[in-house]
Amino acid sequence: MALRVNLLVNSSSFYKFTSFVPIRSFSERVSSKPEPSSGPETTADHLIYTREHFALKESLRKIIDQEINPHVDQWEAEGTFPAHKIFKILGSAGFLGVNKPVDSHTLQLVCFRSVSTVLMEYGGLGLDFSYNVAVSEELGNIRCGGVPMAIGVQTDMATPALARFGSAELKKEFLVPSIMGDKVACLGVSEVGAGSDVSSIITKAVQKGDEFVINGGKMWTTNGTQADWMCLLANTSDGPPHRNKSLICLPMNLPGVHIARKIDKIGMKSSDTAEVFFDDVRVPCKNLIGQEGMGFTYQMLQFQEERLWAVANILTTMDTVIQETIQYTRQRKIFKQPVLYHQAVYFRLAELQTEVELLRSLLYRATALYIKGNDVTKLASMAKLKGGRLARELSDSCLQYWGGMGFTSDVLVSRFYRDSRLMSIGGGADEVMLGIIAKYMDTVPRK
Amino acid sequence: MSGRVLVGVKRVIDYAVKIRVKPDNSSVVTDGVKHSMNPFCEIAVEEAVKLKEKKLIKEVVAVSCGPQQAQETIRTALAMGADRGIHVEVTGKDYETLGPLQVSKIMAALAKKEDAQLVILGKQAIDDDCNQTGQMTAALLDWPQGTFASEVSFDGDKIKVVREIDGGLETIKIKTPAVVTADLRLNTPRYATLPNIMKAKKKKIANVKPADLGVDLTSRLEVVRVDEPPQRQAGVKVETVDDLVGKLKEAGTV
Repeated sequence: MALRVNLLVNSSSFYKFTSFVPIRSFSERVSSKPEPSSGPETTADHLIYTREHFALKESLRKIIDQEINPHVDQWEAEGTFPAHKIFKILGSAGFLGVNKPVDSHTLQLVCFRSVSTVLMEYGGLGLDFSYNVAVSEELGNIRCGGVPMAIGVQTDMATPALARFGSAELKKEFLVPSIMGDKVACLGVSEVGAGSDVSSIITKAVQKGDEFVINGGKMWTTNGTQADWMCLLANTSDGPPHRNKSLICLPMNLPGVHIARKIDKIGMKSSDTAEVFFDDVRVPCKNLIGQEGMGFTYQMLQFQEERLWAVANILTTMDTVIQETIQYTRQRKIFKQPVLYHQAVYFRLAELQTEVELLRSLLYRATALYIKGNDVTKLASMAKLKGGRLARELSDSCLQYWGGMGFTSDVLVSRFYRDSRLMSIGGGADEVMLGIIAKYMDTVPRK
Repeated sequence: MSGRVLVGVKRVIDYAVKIRVKPDNSSVVTDGVKHSMNPFCEIAVEEAVKLKEKKLIKEVVAVSCGPQQAQETIRTALAMGADRGIHVEVTGKDYETLGPLQVSKIMAALAKKEDAQLVILGKQAIDDDCNQTGQMTAALLDWPQGTFASEVSFDGDKIKVVREIDGGLETIKIKTPAVVTADLRLNTPRYATLPNIMKAKKKKIANVKPADLGVDLTSRLEVVRVDEPPQRQAGVKVETVDDLVGKLKEAGTV
């Protein structure tokens, strides 16, 4: 592990060299046997990544190592992280707008006697989804689940519909600052009475003149206590439940928006999760994203991306947990030999690593198909289902091998055990995934 | 003045990697090991890009000597804001024996060929810790040098360099063209932003062979053996100062 050392210059100034001073631990005699490696990463051989993907990962990794990981333990203890600060760093480096639009159709301004055309810069990079996957994978190097989840909400849950269907004005007010990291977004979909069953939400946005009046509440709102705006799903008419909902850009500082509480969870502690109430909140009708009644459809369109994103993220963490378990069990001795030397242990780790690689292959396959324009709902649902289940199995097995230490808060494996449990619940519960897969298999009983 | 800056960037084993010595003690293991740009070279690139942003110079050219993989390091420099790259191809035995003397000959030849106003290098590489290339390059070119720079500014037709020296800081003014080597506190290298990473794709990397530059790569040095540092031994506790002095005398250190 590289050490963090503060250098003193002339005894008065204080300087951090990339938070890590290049101190290397003592080298070891290398054996003649081949080094165990986690897999070939040469750009020429990778299924979906190019040199640019790897350059992106390298740069993002530096940000994680310097600006995020040194503070994770503290943020976990405090139950929140400075979203504005971190998002600004990521946004300035271009990591929050990877597949967002670069610019708009031109606007025409009449200026004195000349007409000038202005391109609305949205600040996105217009890259394909494989770059989002690369970002998500690299964020898996953050030593908790809460911070990547918060970033994922900003980039791939609260903003895709706005990017695709929002008006130019709405994009300028909400999308551009979210891409730059100046505004923190949150997603208002789930409610106390409606999680998996999104169509039964009761929050209403009633049109009165040129305003919506919003009443109701939202639950499980990641970034909720710090967000500047919410991408809100509300009932805007009395039609059938899949056709009467709309997405609205809701500034969080409007009168009537109450952040009732920060929810105390067993995991994802560094991510602040809020319960929010709306009491006659008034928002202009122009804050409607796209068409009225299309909100449910818009949200559904991005589910494939959300799910693949979550899988990419958790795969990296699973690799890390396996590696750290190997390192720990190699030096921890029981009955005069390392824990790792017991066949039950290294066989089990081999099994788990196999499953991780299988899931990774599914991720890359689905991503490759998706960027070519295919519908990967079935594969994405399968990947998410497996991701949640494998994470539970893996964290449980690995924690066991850490023994008493695995039960403490000092190690990554116990944090991963708590954080990863959410994957089978949030973003579409396992049971919902199974239902989707069964639908594609045409095995769901007909009514 | 051409307004062109040459920046040397070296591909080294990443600072966080545990170094292993090969079983035959000939060198360290490099196969399959993570490599990155030398941290002091990153600082050098950052300074060059900063000068261009201040419009004090016009073009930043990143140079690296080595095999095919050296291009990755050049691309990182391009992603940080360098305009174009030059890859000096050195492979096999030549690469194994490549050292400051050869690199400085290459840098000197390129500086003349590219009509560079300034050559910025890292003060040393973290693999060999030589701290020679900058100085040798300046000598070969007969240019002034500002080494261990913690601050660089333009002052008319001269460059003001604040140098980190043993006693503190020394400020010198040198005429251009000149060679500057970057020390730790010169700047904090920027993160390569995603837009710049994508832009770097279009930037050109020229391929050059040392022979084209008229450089002879023969080494004057031969590495006889590479060993790890000795394992640190446990200390010994003594009761009194006299015992301590006695033990030190025994060990022959006093």
